[in-house]
Amino acid sequence: MAHAPTLTQVAEIPNSATIGLLGDNPLALLKHPEARTGKPAKMTSRGLSVSYANKPALHDVDLDIPVNRVTALIGPSGCGKTTYIRCLNRMNDIIDTCRVEGSVTHDGEDIYAPDQDVVRLRTRVGMVFQKPNPFPKSIYDNTAYGPRIHGMTGSRDEERALVLDSLRRAGLLDEVRDRLDAPGTSLSGGQQQRLCIARAIAVRPEVILMDEPCSALDPIATARIEELIAALKQDYTIVIVTHSMQQARRLSDKTAFFHLGRLVEQGNTEDVFEAPQDGRTRDYVMGRIG
Amino acid sequence: MACLIAASTISILTTVGIVLSLIVESFQFFRMVPVSDFLFGLHWSPQTAIRADQVGASGAFGAIPLLAGTLLISAIALSVSGPVGLLAAIYLAEYASPRFRSLVKPMLEILAGIPTVVYGFFAAIVIAPLLRQGGESIGLEVSSESALAAGLVMGAMTIPFVSSLSDDAITAVPDSLREAALGLGSTRSETIVRVILRAALPGIAGGLLLTASRVIGETMIVVMAAGLTANLTINPLEAVTTVTVQIVTLLTGDQEFDSAKTLSAFALGLLLFTVTLTLNVAALKIVKTYREQYQ
Amino acid sequence: MEARLKNRHRAERRFRLFGGLAIFTSLIFLGALFAIIIQTGAGAFKQTRIALDMHLSPADFNAGQAVEGDWLERADYQAMIKRALRQAFPELRSRREKRSLYRMVSSGAAFQLRKKLRGDPGLIGTDFRIWVLASDDADMVFKGAVPRDAPVAHRRLDDRQMSVLEALEDTGRLRSQFNWTFFSAGDSREPELAGIAGAALGSLFSVLVCLALAFPLGVMTAVYLEEFAPKNRWTGFIEVNISNLAAVPSIVFGLLGLAMFLNIFGLPRSAPLVGGMVLALMTLPTIIIASRAAIKSVPPSVREAAFALGASPVQAVFHHILPLAMPGVLTGTIIGTAQALGETAPLLMIGMVAFVVDLPTNILDPATALPVQVFLWADSPERAFQERTAAAILVLLVFTCLMNLTAALLRKKYELKW
Ligand SMILES: Nc1ncnc2c1ncn2[C@@H]1O[C@H](COP(=O)(O)OP(=O)(O)O)[C@@H](O)[C@H]1O
Ligand SMILES: [Mg+2]
Repeated sequence: MAHAPTLTQVAEIPNSATIGLLGDNPLALLKHPEARTGKPAKMTSRGLSVSYANKPALHDVDLDIPVNRVTALIGPSGCGKTTYIRCLNRMNDIIDTCRVEGSVTHDGEDIYAPDQDVVRLRTRVGMVFQKPNPFPKSIYDNTAYGPRIHGMTGSRDEERALVLDSLRRAGLLDEVRDRLDAPGTSLSGGQQQRLCIARAIAVRPEVILMDEPCSALDPIATARIEELIAALKQDYTIVIVTHSMQQARRLSDKTAFFHLGRLVEQGNTEDVFEAPQDGRTRDYVMGRIG
Repeated sequence: MACLIAASTISILTTVGIVLSLIVESFQFFRMVPVSDFLFGLHWSPQTAIRADQVGASGAFGAIPLLAGTLLISAIALSVSGPVGLLAAIYLAEYASPRFRSLVKPMLEILAGIPTVVYGFFAAIVIAPLLRQGGESIGLEVSSESALAAGLVMGAMTIPFVSSLSDDAITAVPDSLREAALGLGSTRSETIVRVILRAALPGIAGGLLLTASRVIGETMIVVMAAGLTANLTINPLEAVTTVTVQIVTLLTGDQEFDSAKTLSAFALGLLLFTVTLTLNVAALKIVKTYREQYQ
Repeated sequence: MEARLKNRHRAERRFRLFGGLAIFTSLIFLGALFAIIIQTGAGAFKQTRIALDMHLSPADFNAGQAVEGDWLERADYQAMIKRALRQAFPELRSRREKRSLYRMVSSGAAFQLRKKLRGDPGLIGTDFRIWVLASDDADMVFKGAVPRDAPVAHRRLDDRQMSVLEALEDTGRLRSQFNWTFFSAGDSREPELAGIAGAALGSLFSVLVCLALAFPLGVMTAVYLEEFAPKNRWTGFIEVNISNLAAVPSIVFGLLGLAMFLNIFGLPRSAPLVGGMVLALMTLPTIIIASRAAIKSVPPSVREAAFALGASPVQAVFHHILPLAMPGVLTGTIIGTAQALGETAPLLMIGMVAFVVDLPTNILDPATALPVQVFLWADSPERAFQERTAAAILVLLVFTCLMNLTAALLRKKYELKW
């Protein structure tokens, strides 16, 4: 993976001492109005540009992800939301043609630094995908997968407790309590997606990235997932890509609007929807483009 | 149009022809030697039975030693091509750069295109003497026609079989599962072993069955590198004989179609046909259901 | 957690290493196979010849004056060769010494002399030199395939013969030249006289028969199944049948050939005709499967366009669809033919494994095939035959590789087109 921040970009990368303070820094507030969410940034990106086989997909994105908040990424199809969210846990590493420049930090640590361990990063920054993708294993094994590979639990009992807790937090436990050995793929779409969320939170990540988690689900299943996200935000930092403006408004504290590979506007969700600064944002939130 | 229909029945006629010729001749054989003697007999020495009336109770047509020999050599072959082919497929599908893959895959496939008589020659003049010398140097007696030599070479020959069938199965596993596992912080090998191989298992198993069927029916390597005398053993360093070797030995040279010796080759052929067909049907079924699963 | 992470990364590296090793091992095996066969077989393309200075008088040919007819044909050339050898080495007097001297040249030398004289009878009465074939043992030592200081049992030349060899070498009467015999002769008990021409012709005839049968039958079956067949249980059965037939062991096809073609139809044993028929049945599934895939990949628009022009379904297929599918059909046919060319076991069953000296002239003559020749020679104890086995393998591999390469190129070109 090519990671070559230019000298100027390197100079702009906030060091770990200042990053946590950005939110309280009045200068930063001017520079980054999103800091008004009042929470320190859990993750940041600076000058992030991504291209696939030399075809640019993202240009120069500066964005802060506030801790214990829900950040929504919105924008028309193909604007780079998926590309952006996949940069946050280096999921783009597995695409051969993908090149990433600029910097992304997590707790002030540059996640694209050469000595950064992707495996450790991904245990801290978990991900839920657009299409539910349970493993071809039982519900129990699906949820226990992460704890097992990371050796998180000492005994079988501990493991079971963790699995049940994760299923409970994902709001799935009551529905599957007596068929934990059934294959994960036997669940309905919405249940599968909640299983994937349970699987992700079983690893106890700090950040959960969700790429259009409801796009394959019906409205009732969507409502369940939304409730779930609202509850999860107590303990996790959540980034969610969504196509639905209503969902972004209902769920998120902060919204970032992408258009044609650029971050056009970011800020408190209310501000972005009520008083967008940019014409393109206004058009989009009013349903004129997209 | 009639032409086309006639042409398409040729394949059926071929199968019917195979089945008929095998069954008719085998039937004659089983009139001389009881089926149970053939299937469960522990002793095989057809050379002594010049005429049918000499056989009978001596049980010289017991196929068990041949089956054991075939199984031994096949097991050796599969224990080479199974892991090597699977690991090679994993490397090519999951680790290798597209360039490396496009270079190495055809090279592996060359192995499958080489005529088997070439492997037989290689096994007989290179591998067998090598094993013999190697065995001598550590004080082991290795037969010059050991099951090991034939099995190893057959294993090498079937590497591309296993690797390309496994490769198909592995690449058919949807990327979403790969991403799910990697997204939970799995290393690549954990993703492969715990998720991908697990999902691809039916496809891989089907491929292995097809390879087994191929190995069991392989003739030239064993004719040239395995032994002629029936030997009921599981020691890979000894010489064993196989079903195909015996068919060749019984039918090359002059034959009389009323001797049990000649006819026994057809009974062996019927046995071989039944076993490989069963493996094959099973394999195709497994692979088919697997393919449907990920469409 | 950190320690565990370290272990996991170590396991990852180990796993990856195993994968690389598996590929490395396979490639090493492939390399070793080719290297050893080339190394063993290269020598067979060279052949040692010995110069003999001859002086033949007309008396040599008049031994039996009364005999009428072709006197050039009947002369005792063997005796002339022996005499020339004795004259070259007058110091070898005892019977045993002379016998070992005679064994330095091939028994084919007499035929060479006859051929030379038939071409130019004017040589009789003059001094001339003829380069005759060395015996296989002398050939192996001179070419260095057997070391000169090897034990006599292994070298197969005794010390007297070695000194003859050295004397010939020192006086420039020994040379190594391209081995045409290998490409022009049939089989022989003498390695230095043995060639692959008979086997190659046998292979050619068998493969031609195989193609003549399997290609039209395969393509027609594919066309029927893909374009016309109703989707019912019967055609479903045909399909399953074809894919299973593709995996039937080749030796079983040999049994079919023996029981049906030889025993019931009474076709001749050892004939390329029967060999080709058996190979055709084996190749059929490959051609059918490849042809169906090729026909399937022709865009439906072609068919619709043909119908729009008023073509009947049969016309549409044969004039429009099949030509477009042809590259794919040919690819499958070539691959199937390459397999047929390398196939040995079924040919053993129908008797194409005899010792055949004469070159076959048609598809009913007894013949062997290249892979069968490899099998036969591989069994011979002489070192010189081992060399020729490897050389025959090289020839076989060149053809197989050329065919597979053609198929690969065809496929590549064809993929670009769609
Ligand atoms: N794997 C890929 N290879 C090549 N181009 C890609 C790949 N993934 C995305 N792109 C391109 O990058 C751009 C952004 O895509 P994406 O991030 O998926 O947009 P979004 O999620 O906002 O719909 C699109 O133009 C898309 O075509
Ligand atoms: Mg997207």
